[in-house]
Amino acid sequence: MKRTHSLVRIPWQLAAAGLWLVTAGALAQEPAASPTPTPTSSEAAAPPAPVEAPAPAPAYPASPPPGASGGPGQTSNYFNPSISVIGNFLGVAGHNPVENLPAASLRESEVALQAIVDPYGRADFFLSFSEQGVEVEEGFLTLTSLPWKLLAKVGRMRVSFGKINTLHLHVLPWPDSPLPLVNLLGGEEGWKGTGVSVARLLPLPGDTFSEVTLQVFDGNSEGLFSAPNRGNLAYNGHYRIFKDLTEAVNVDLGVSYGAGPNDTATKSDLEWTTLGGADLTLRWKPLQTGNYHAFILRGEYIHSDRREPVGDQRGYGWFVSGDYQFAKRWWVGARVEASDHADNASLRDKGQAVTLTFNPSEFSQIRTELRRRVYGGTNVTATEALFQLQFAIGAHGAHPF
Amino acid sequence: MKRLLWIVAAALLAAPPAFAKVKVVSSIQDFASIAQNVGGDRVEVFALAKGYQDPHFVDPKPSFVLKLSDADVLIVAGLELEIGYLPPLIDQSRNDKIRPGAPGYLDASIGCDILEKPTGEVTRAMGDVHPFGNPHYWLDPDNGRVIARAIAAKLTQLDPGGAATYKSNLAALEASLAEGEKRWDAQLGPYAGTQVVTYHNSWPNFLKRFKLVAAGYIEPKPGIPPSPAHTVELINMMLEKKIPVILMEPYFDAKTPKAVAEKTGATLVTFIPSVGGVPAAKDYVALFDYDVKLLSEALAAKKGAKP
Repeated sequence: MKRTHSLVRIPWQLAAAGLWLVTAGALAQEPAASPTPTPTSSEAAAPPAPVEAPAPAPAYPASPPPGASGGPGQTSNYFNPSISVIGNFLGVAGHNPVENLPAASLRESEVALQAIVDPYGRADFFLSFSEQGVEVEEGFLTLTSLPWKLLAKVGRMRVSFGKINTLHLHVLPWPDSPLPLVNLLGGEEGWKGTGVSVARLLPLPGDTFSEVTLQVFDGNSEGLFSAPNRGNLAYNGHYRIFKDLTEAVNVDLGVSYGAGPNDTATKSDLEWTTLGGADLTLRWKPLQTGNYHAFILRGEYIHSDRREPVGDQRGYGWFVSGDYQFAKRWWVGARVEASDHADNASLRDKGQAVTLTFNPSEFSQIRTELRRRVYGGTNVTATEALFQLQFAIGAHGAHPF
Repeated sequence: MKRLLWIVAAALLAAPPAFAKVKVVSSIQDFASIAQNVGGDRVEVFALAKGYQDPHFVDPKPSFVLKLSDADVLIVAGLELEIGYLPPLIDQSRNDKIRPGAPGYLDASIGCDILEKPTGEVTRAMGDVHPFGNPHYWLDPDNGRVIARAIAAKLTQLDPGGAATYKSNLAALEASLAEGEKRWDAQLGPYAGTQVVTYHNSWPNFLKRFKLVAAGYIEPKPGIPPSPAHTVELINMMLEKKIPVILMEPYFDAKTPKAVAEKTGATLVTFIPSVGGVPAAKDYVALFDYDVKLLSEALAAKKGAKP
């Protein structure tokens, strides 16, 4: 059966037209003022933090030292981007023949370079150095001066599919990725795409934040999509609502829908994988006296429908986790997870984990996770202890949310 | 009929300023309070961080994006106090009016007396240091006056129609501050030179203005929670120097300061660093009234207790 969609050609032109419009719009709009230059000590990637964040922690440079000559040696590097490096060390104990992680590894050294490009936008680069090599985890231009409350990103980025997928490894509340991400979104690293993203605020009554994001990417994403033709693209849409229920409690809801050609597609017969997702984050953090107590409940559901010449694989996965801050520098958490495999929905992995996190300062973090995973299709039940040490140097990052 | 139309048209033209208020968003409640005093009915103010909240740790909630997206003016403390949450919010607000350098962006630290600008090398081994100086500068009424003038100038620039209102409101606020200063000097004057201990280094401007001296901090380094070794040192120092009071911000854990107070006989005073920290500190002048009263009473009780 032939499933070549007419969808395949049109969107490329649409995307091109969209990009042109967006850029033209940006340049046509004379911005109110050019942002002031950046002292190097502004900020960069988020430091390891127990709260989650949209990964690109889009930082804005601090204003220049106001009336201050006091900044130590700033002026010579005035226009240099802010630089930070986050080291992520992982030690693993226990037996696991399925996910055989090394006993000790410097899993990632993430270098962030961030600066204002010109009055129309800013650039963020996140280069991920592992022991095996270097990867551009993200590298994009954000157009901040667009009309109609638009915010556009062009480049390589983590895809706005759900919540956890948008987060860099070092801001996850665990040392590992949850199963639905690993099994259904292309692996431990999740879904990253190269293309264009446009987000618009959609005002709702009652101080409710609502934002819709539409993204078009190249049709190749490692472990997830593989395009036989240049015109076969991947798409994602995300809608997010955020509401403060009280001063201390807020709720964050999102739904996502993504699609792209999978690796069973051929030039003449395009096979699609479609992804659906829902995410919920509920936070409690009193601002009043005696604080440094907080609770975050997270949940995410991902559905994958992978069409193959021999039939469809329909699988789903989910996780629910809770993290409680019981002292200024201490967090304890638990996670339950389960997920089918995208390419074989009859295989289902399950897992449970508990974590304990200590932040000696804003710039370092020590975390232990005890994890049990049962792998579908095998009789492997792995119980492991993961020890993670993260440390950040360089520009002060925006605390992610 | 024609005349009626003219009246309607005139009414419509005249009407907008009545509802088109200048929307002011500030990072801390102190600036919002001053902006409200100066702007009166012509402004609508909103503060991101509440007065009882640690201003270093504010969550960049998307609901703040909405506030910033509509704002005409953004007032910040600057000196990197907001670096942990505000920059991404400004980007996401898609509001060019309030970006650093734009007319709607006001860094309140400009022109203020900023203390503790590091002169040598700064590293994070020193804790959470602010390389541009101590950002808690609004706790000096002289700086408050500078901030109020800057806000009045900014509002006048953006809303020239309100120039007269802003001028007279500013004059009223300055008069009220001048009166307040007389009161506060009278209350704290007798204790000039007194040494105190504070939790975080939040009060250098306040202490300098009222001629008090910080002898030490409960935190071993800014942002680092108290450690046993440092606490022991602090207790010995306090006993030796006979430090009468410990000033603590409302958002810290009172356990260590309480223990230190018990060991040393010092009085633990929960000091309010911002407007709104307690309901009584309802505006900028009331904030000083509240803190000065609390401190002068604690010091008076100590003095009275001494033989």
